[in-house]
Amino acid sequence: MRGRVAEPRTKTIRTDYLARVEGEGAMIVRIAGGVVEEVKLNIYEPPRFFEAFLRGRAFTEAPDITARICGICPVAYQMSACRAMEQACGVEVGGQLRALRRLLYCGEWIESHALHVYMLHLPDFLGYESAIELAKDNQAAVAQALELKKIGNELMAVVGGREVHPVNVKVGGWYRAPRKRELRPLVEKLERAREIALETVNLTAGLDFPDYEQDYELVALDEPGEYPIDLGRIVSNRGLDIAVAEYDEHFVEEHVEWSNALHSRLRERGSYLCGPLARFALGVDRLSPLAAEAAKDAGLSAEERNPFRSIVVRSVELVYAADEALRLIAEYEEPDAPALEVEPQAGVGYGCTEAPRGILYHRYELADDGTIVDAKIVPPTSQNQRTIEDDLRGVVERSLDVPDDELALLCEQTIRNYDPCISCATHFLKLDVQRG
Amino acid sequence: MIGIGNAWRNDDGAGLAVARLLDAMLLDGVDVLEREGEPTSLIDAWEGAAAVWLVDAVSSGAQAGSVHRHDASAEALPARLYDTSTHHFGLAEAVELARALGRLPEHVVVFGIEGASFDTGETLSPEVQAAAARVAEAIREEVAASTRKP
Repeated sequence: MRGRVAEPRTKTIRTDYLARVEGEGAMIVRIAGGVVEEVKLNIYEPPRFFEAFLRGRAFTEAPDITARICGICPVAYQMSACRAMEQACGVEVGGQLRALRRLLYCGEWIESHALHVYMLHLPDFLGYESAIELAKDNQAAVAQALELKKIGNELMAVVGGREVHPVNVKVGGWYRAPRKRELRPLVEKLERAREIALETVNLTAGLDFPDYEQDYELVALDEPGEYPIDLGRIVSNRGLDIAVAEYDEHFVEEHVEWSNALHSRLRERGSYLCGPLARFALGVDRLSPLAAEAAKDAGLSAEERNPFRSIVVRSVELVYAADEALRLIAEYEEPDAPALEVEPQAGVGYGCTEAPRGILYHRYELADDGTIVDAKIVPPTSQNQRTIEDDLRGVVERSLDVPDDELALLCEQTIRNYDPCISCATHFLKLDVQRG
Repeated sequence: MIGIGNAWRNDDGAGLAVARLLDAMLLDGVDVLEREGEPTSLIDAWEGAAAVWLVDAVSSGAQAGSVHRHDASAEALPARLYDTSTHHFGLAEAVELARALGRLPEHVVVFGIEGASFDTGETLSPEVQAAAARVAEAIREEVAASTRKP
């Protein structure tokens, strides 16, 4: 819904309702005398209240409580919380228990990426107002999205016990490990998901992309031999290489007056980008052969810096997630016990995993009986906020002669490049473009 | 019947409360489901059903506990009421997306229960609690009436 409010010497383009983001917020772009004076992304409600809510709770409750922050990436919250608690208690979950975590995470990536690529982002490129309008003309594309999403749901239900907000995850592992025969029926479905994902790469690689690039600092997890998902060191293309426990020494969160969500920045260098583009650039050599080939065919390389092409990267990650899930199922052996014993101890634990939209950091301080004394959660959208603003400024500067309606749409599309999960309490995003 | 909502956001759990009331009634031929409102899950959930009753919390400024009823079989839901989902896009879009894909049951009724508090918490306002009971009863009657038809 867009309208114009004309005032003497100022011109305002206002988007009151931007549906295709996961979150509640507002955007203001002020242009004066042909110069972009101000760009502000305002997020109304970050998950900070959960941090207060967590204090005084048992360490075992954090995975399920924090999962409630988001209906799109609950697994990310559970996994980061588990990793942090286990570290605090001196436990490392490995072998098949860890493999199952990665498998569950693949389900979340499939669900989340399918939703974003087809329902939220694709309409921008094809000139539709929404996925509904797209569905009227192209039932097949939207039906594919639903099919992909459903397969992701089924994977989540088998491993996690529920489609949304899995109930099977616990500190130390699982309440119950799935039987091999329970995973077997997923194979055919995941092969189908992989096929659809490959078609998705073809589809998205053929879209028209705005000509825009930025020289980002890209931040992702890094674990030798693996595409980043569930653990690793935190690295960047500018030499950052730290343990998760060192996060707070290198990243700082700042309050800005126009947003409730804290802005993250690297202490040394400022804005950075996390999410698919960063994971791909830093981990392309660790994709499965099929996903790597799809990326190459789509014209993607580690040098990709056009944020609009993140839709192609997400599609490649869909291929990878299906492929990786198939590998994990093929290699699965039922563990002796579904979880490791975790005895609480006083200390601090750190966890970081790759939510579909970027790294999600948790830090907990525990008392000796496992009661949570302090909690800190930094979601990927907080981390990308500054970069989203940088992109908006850059995109608007290059498009000053574009008509207002078109410019507003381009701004929305720029925001959607990041699949912002402003949500976590979401309703909508308001966009304000003011020209003076 | 699908109750939609977030149990951790006080009155946003109104739809879930209705689902639990109906579930306890053990109605013949009626599957009672609880969902968080994610559209693709909703479309999956009502797949194959001849009729679906959907209940969600709304926030339109009306008095808490007010009940809105819409027959979505033939016409679009008022987006004003049903597009403010907690995530992604809302119920109105789920219904319209299903309509565009030919995946909408023939009979679709949506009840919206006006909430007062959407803060974090697990408690329904008394007005919303009472409205949930009224809506559960209304759905029970509508189901009975629809199954009595030849």
